[in-house]
Amino acid sequence: MPELSSNLLLVAFFLYLLSTILFAVAVTGKKFRNRQGHFQNRSGFLGYVASIIGFLFAMGYFITRWIAAGHAPVSNMFEYTAFLAIMMSFALVIIYTIYKSDILGLFTMPVVMLIIVYASMFPTEIQPLIPALQSYWLEIHVITTAIGQGILAISFAAGLIYLVRVIDFTKRNKRVRGVEFILYTILCFVAYISLSIGFNVAGYEAEFQYINENGQEAMMEYPMPAVVGPNEGQLLTDQAMEPFLSAPSIIESNDLNTVVWSMVSGLLLYWLIRLAIRKPIGAVLQPLTKSISPQAADELSYRAIAIGFPIFTLGGLIFAMIWAQIAWTRFWAWDPKEVWALITFLFYAAYLHLRLSRGWHGERSAWLCVIGFAIIMFNLIFVNLIIAGLHSYA
Amino acid sequence: MEKVKCECGHVNPYGTVICESCGKPLQDEGKSLLNMRYEGAARRSQTYKRSVVDHIWNFFSSVKVGIWIIVLLLVASGFGTIFPQVEFIPPGENPAVFYENEYGTIGQLYYLLGFHNLYGSWWYMLLIAALGVSLVICSLDRVVPLYRALKKQRVTRHEGFLKRQRVFGTSRGLDHEGEIEKATKVLNEKKYNIYEENGNIVAEKGRFSRWGPYVNHIGLIIFLFGAMLRFFPTMYVDENIWVRDGEQVPVKGTDGQYYLYNENFEIELYDEDDELYQEALMREGSSVVETYRTSAVLLERSDDGIVGSEADYEKVKSHDIEVNDPLTHDGYSIYQVDYKLNELSEFSFRLQSVADDNGDVPDTEITVDLYDPEMSYDLGGGYVVEIEEYFPDYVFDEHNQEPTTATRIPDNPLIIFNVQTPSIPDGEKSVVGVQTNEPILGENEYRLELSGVEMNDVTALTVRLDRTLPLLIVGGFIFMVGLIQGSYWSHRRIWLQQKGEELWVAGHTNKNWQSLMKDFEAISSNTNIAMPIDQVEEDELEQERQYQRRRDEDQGSDVDA
Repeated sequence: MPELSSNLLLVAFFLYLLSTILFAVAVTGKKFRNRQGHFQNRSGFLGYVASIIGFLFAMGYFITRWIAAGHAPVSNMFEYTAFLAIMMSFALVIIYTIYKSDILGLFTMPVVMLIIVYASMFPTEIQPLIPALQSYWLEIHVITTAIGQGILAISFAAGLIYLVRVIDFTKRNKRVRGVEFILYTILCFVAYISLSIGFNVAGYEAEFQYINENGQEAMMEYPMPAVVGPNEGQLLTDQAMEPFLSAPSIIESNDLNTVVWSMVSGLLLYWLIRLAIRKPIGAVLQPLTKSISPQAADELSYRAIAIGFPIFTLGGLIFAMIWAQIAWTRFWAWDPKEVWALITFLFYAAYLHLRLSRGWHGERSAWLCVIGFAIIMFNLIFVNLIIAGLHSYA
Repeated sequence: MEKVKCECGHVNPYGTVICESCGKPLQDEGKSLLNMRYEGAARRSQTYKRSVVDHIWNFFSSVKVGIWIIVLLLVASGFGTIFPQVEFIPPGENPAVFYENEYGTIGQLYYLLGFHNLYGSWWYMLLIAALGVSLVICSLDRVVPLYRALKKQRVTRHEGFLKRQRVFGTSRGLDHEGEIEKATKVLNEKKYNIYEENGNIVAEKGRFSRWGPYVNHIGLIIFLFGAMLRFFPTMYVDENIWVRDGEQVPVKGTDGQYYLYNENFEIELYDEDDELYQEALMREGSSVVETYRTSAVLLERSDDGIVGSEADYEKVKSHDIEVNDPLTHDGYSIYQVDYKLNELSEFSFRLQSVADDNGDVPDTEITVDLYDPEMSYDLGGGYVVEIEEYFPDYVFDEHNQEPTTATRIPDNPLIIFNVQTPSIPDGEKSVVGVQTNEPILGENEYRLELSGVEMNDVTALTVRLDRTLPLLIVGGFIFMVGLIQGSYWSHRRIWLQQKGEELWVAGHTNKNWQSLMKDFEAISSNTNIAMPIDQVEEDELEQERQYQRRRDEDQGSDVDA
């Protein structure tokens, strides 16, 4: 059963890829439409169908894994991250029925795929549940939160579409740099995934002996060549690279090393693309977005937040509090992850007030949509992996 | 304050921007689109600006101020997660040194700024209080005038109102009455409420969604109020109790009314041969706890009021307490939170002579209860073992240069014995503890040999009473209702009016303009009424065209040059 389950996710992944391609054809095929009539409409529709079938296969993965494990597969980093991506595709499937926007599909689906692959970089085997997680509230709380975050992620895609659509890429200013920075960040994830798979296939591993934060000797493994070595580190593995720098002892230097690798390779990737296209990446994406009016993109991003925010609040705060009262004895514990859920809530609350009462529409609203998604991803990745707390189960 | 009389005859409160009745713009005669926020009603904060109360009211009624409070709370909350809060640092650590040792200078600064207890700090509380005040005043300032304006709105609207709506259009030469009738049918099917006056109509739906924000703010206020009540006595109990196997202890926080008996504590580990988890357990490298459970009996003490009489304990209920499954009774909940296996509970000793083979030393075993030891043991025949001093959790106090105990739990028990024998009536002293058994001065003739160790499992339970929960539940529920009400419905209005030869249509919604346009599409495809224009989108397109033209011209001149 676990094998069937991961195969279903693989099929879903390729269907998402197919859907991306079809949406791309739908958007770029615009010019031919005048002569060829229906072609353009059909590939957008087919892209939508592919995304639905992809979603169904992904749900197949989810259900079979649930049956195999005996609990909903949302209990560690791989499972939650993959499920968040699946819920993003679910949100697209819903919002597409309202707005029929192919460009939204084109911007969302690659992000979904990227997050699924990112998820599979974490250990994927089925894990036993610790006592605190053994409750039906695991399913209720986590699934609702993921649906909310998935829908909020659509507002990121729509916000990015808005920015790419309206910003004048012939100029050099901070708006252009801002959009390029968003795209660079996405490339860093691509770089991280490629490097992880690459070094893993090559069988790279370097072991260090070092002095940890308590002043004791300890061992640390590096999955990538050490640029930043551990505190007073000694390389034990033959034929591995000696580090150039060394990190202070309170920092997990192997994680820092991976981050450095990803950021530098992301930069390299970015400049290679710039070299090939000789203009900002946003400028290349811009013609794709011409099919949607800025007003429509703006409304889409707001609509996604209007739909997603109540669901997120229900799952991420209210259900969370009910469960915390049962499992942790108190409904609010100021656990870092909980605090960041509150920060997410406050951020979107501020967004809604700025939009409804202060008239922040258009570009300012779009930037906020991007920042909101950044906060969600920060809570998922950094708070889980770096800031320890009651939620650090993975 | 003077009231403002509109040309339609309606008398508006001072400060009104758009006539409540006919919609005539009263203050701004321009041509740009009307700002429809709060229906242009007069708000107290925009009107009175004199007394201190007015100033405070005006300050907190500003959404701008409200947003600043939200942002400050957001940033402050973020700061609180940089390092662990004081309740999450390892137990027994002194925060004054912990932060500096662990995180260096920044850690020390964090501690000095009080960020280690950020969420309990006075200024964080003050921010939350300010948020509460802002919620109350902002809501009151807006909801009353908005209610008035929506209640008083007339069907027939002023020209200036219609023209300056975002969606507006005119049609000429139609059979007005017939077309309006057809449109009414379409709108009826779309669940609009239709109001008619002098052959004009307004179709409206989802007005209740306008109250959503105010409903959710009321919910939030109730929630914050409930959270504040916790600081009053008797509303909140938060106690920890440790109960050993087979022990009965008073339940703290219940004034001795309840007692808890621990029948048995047990722990279950995941089976390492289970194929399903094998890989994960291998990665973990140690065994993973599946369940831990206290079989508990809750007893109630019933005093008959007679002084000195034995209290009776009546069984209330028994329950297997597990994580996620507390024992609840009378508002109290008792939770499984922690445990300790193999805590030392008893040491047994036999007295032996060091030199010869025991001779007349009585062969009696003494047992020292490490929780509450007896201080003297008579072995008979003139042999008496006395405990001089007992340290359940021995540490050496560097500051005072003397031995002491860190806690009352026998984690590292150390006993100083004095053994009196017929040959040494004053006794000789020895110190006995975990892996130590030595005379204090020189050499002793007798030695207490450790002959047995007993251990116990201990369960840690949290006792909780939270009388604020019902209020929090009500607040949270109202908040969710309001949030959904305001988010999942929109307030749409469509006006159809006869203006001489022309039939005017205009539309307004508080969100989702594309959906409003779809309703207009339905009207124009079923009638001869022309599709109105979204003036904002039109503007945007026009600007883009102009921009494109300018760029083309620029490029053209580049080529010329």
